[in-house]
Amino acid sequence: MVRREPSHLWMHLALIAFVLVTIYPVLWVLALAFSGQQSVGIIDLPADPSFFERLRAILPFPEHFSVKNFTEVWTEQSFGRWMLNSAVVSLLTTGLGVFLACTAAYAFSRFRFPGRNQGMLLFLVSQMFPGTLMLIPLFIIIVKWLGLGNTYFGLVIVYATTAIPFCVWMMKGYFDTIPIDIEESAVIDGASRQTIFFRIILPLAKPAIAITALFSFMTAWNEFILASVFMEAEANYTAPVGLRFFVGGFSAQWGYFAAGSVLVSLPVVLLFLYLQKYLISGLTAGSVK
Amino acid sequence: MAAIEFERVSKRYGDVEIIRNLNFGVKAGEFMVFVGPSGCGKSTTLRMIAGLETITGGNLSIGDRVVNDVHPKDRDIAMVFQSYALYPHMTVYDNIAFGLKIRKMPDAEVRKRVGEAAAILGLEPLLERKPKALSGGQRQRVALGRAIVRNPSVFLFDEPLSNLDAELRVQMRSEISQLQRRLSTTTVYVTHDQIEAMTMGHRIAVMRPLQADQPEASNLMQCGTPMELYDTPANVFVARFIGTPRMNMLPARIADDGSTVQLFDLNLPVSAQFAEVARNQRGRPVLLGIRSEHVGLAHEVDWNGTVAIEGTAEMVEPLGHEVIVHLMVNGENLIGRQRSHAGLPQPGDPYRMVINCEAMHLFDPATELRLQ
Ligand SMILES: Nc1ncnc2c1ncn2[C@@H]1O[C@H](COP(=O)(O)OP(=O)(O)OP(=O)(O)O)[C@@H](O)[C@H]1O
Ligand SMILES: [Mg+2]
Repeated sequence: MVRREPSHLWMHLALIAFVLVTIYPVLWVLALAFSGQQSVGIIDLPADPSFFERLRAILPFPEHFSVKNFTEVWTEQSFGRWMLNSAVVSLLTTGLGVFLACTAAYAFSRFRFPGRNQGMLLFLVSQMFPGTLMLIPLFIIIVKWLGLGNTYFGLVIVYATTAIPFCVWMMKGYFDTIPIDIEESAVIDGASRQTIFFRIILPLAKPAIAITALFSFMTAWNEFILASVFMEAEANYTAPVGLRFFVGGFSAQWGYFAAGSVLVSLPVVLLFLYLQKYLISGLTAGSVK
Repeated sequence: MAAIEFERVSKRYGDVEIIRNLNFGVKAGEFMVFVGPSGCGKSTTLRMIAGLETITGGNLSIGDRVVNDVHPKDRDIAMVFQSYALYPHMTVYDNIAFGLKIRKMPDAEVRKRVGEAAAILGLEPLLERKPKALSGGQRQRVALGRAIVRNPSVFLFDEPLSNLDAELRVQMRSEISQLQRRLSTTTVYVTHDQIEAMTMGHRIAVMRPLQADQPEASNLMQCGTPMELYDTPANVFVARFIGTPRMNMLPARIADDGSTVQLFDLNLPVSAQFAEVARNQRGRPVLLGIRSEHVGLAHEVDWNGTVAIEGTAEMVEPLGHEVIVHLMVNGENLIGRQRSHAGLPQPGDPYRMVINCEAMHLFDPATELRLQ
């Protein structure tokens, strides 16, 4: 018997409304970026606007299309330099963070040692404090003691340590699902711990590594507060700090800000699209049973 | 090929003792089967041979070497896991070659050896596949291939067939047996399937979980050829564990003159084998063990000394080639077999069968050991 599904019309309308609310700001940023001007108002309203002209003013659609903001952000401002800084810091953070998280998580997953449970708990606890709470201690340690202010490495250390707790939990959860039999079988085949880790475990953990890498990258790429404190020289700004520079105290270059924001978000999107191919399930299928 | 020797080997996890006082050996080239109920420590013992579990007491030697502290990779053993434990991201070829490659064997030699192993196991058409794309039986063969390609001095198998369906199990059973006979590599094979044990092993070690009330007893109940275990079980546990249906075990008593065993109101003449035992145990209670194939119908059998026994039929299981009859005699269960399935009793009917007195086993009711 065929039964008619109840109409989903209302649900769809509600969902569409939510989607609009969500993407409206994004559309505005895009519109601003492509408007070729610096003011937030992208429409020139006449003195006595009609209803339709008012409506037109809140639509995120620029009157003139231009890529001027993009080219100028790149050529007249140091935005390229800042993106490069961000890229270096983020990639180093990702490399360091993923490597340390994998090795630590493997130890937590496979070895029994004193303080194992406490260690995992400590990682969790560290995640409960807001990052700004750490600002002053971190500044003292990194800038005052280690003298790593205005360096890539200072930020990399801080970002990697911030990202690692989550990554360790993530990776440990995944390692726990890899059957121990596979490793024992490799031990008997004559493999050392390192061989097992690099040639058996890591290839099987690709999905988790992809997530961990994305998370570490984004932690570093999007971070603003610490970067703005540690990086005082304009040449050392990271992209988020640089963005803020456009609309800081004396300037209101909203067009540059919007174009910069679009540029900043691109690498994350691209990275996600690239990593997506590793986010597949069933990598261990066929091994056991 | 290497012999394996257990000397007072024990294993405990914290306060829990799992293996106690294991004393026995596996001869070079022998196919030894460990069998026993779940949790008796078969896998633990096997993993101690492999070096995956440490030994808490005693000595374990492989060949001439005590291996208590030798790393698994230096023991020259190969192991096949119940779960196969293949490397899921590698092709069949790489799975088999992995152990050779990490031992830095030259490529040409690796190819040759993998080729040979694949030929023996019929894996040649599958070498480029990943384990995911194989059937259970094929995966099992890859696991075997991984073991034989290294040409180790000992094979260890932990219930390798328990994930396969019945038909495939029979086939793989004979393949593994033939492979072992051909390579004559010392083999230890763990199973809880006594048919596998009886058909594959040169010798069988029957194990039992440690008993709280027997602080001295080892896990090893008996070690011998399949027929030794079947014909002369050393204790009640082995007698009941080997053989299906289980051996009937009935409380009885040696007559005061030592010439018969008194079972209920029957007098069974003592078999020659137990004549001396019966003389020594005059008037003492015993456990009488009799296998179901030695309880039959008078007109179907031509045994020498038979005694008729009467009871009520409890359950009748016609299997086609034979019928298994469960009788209730004086509150004790007695299982017999007969060939004909004509005129079978209904549950509750009185039924009469005969016991083959020549085939009796006598055990001490206190120690549960075979009387001899
Ligand atoms: N890590 C451990 N800690 C404590 N006890 C354990 C541990 N590993 C195994 N055991 C115990 O050791 C006993 C023997 O286990 P083992 O795996 O050797 O049994 P088995 O004979 O192989 O059983 P099965 O037929 O079910 O596989 C079991 O009672 C089990 O609970
Ligand atoms: Mg087991």
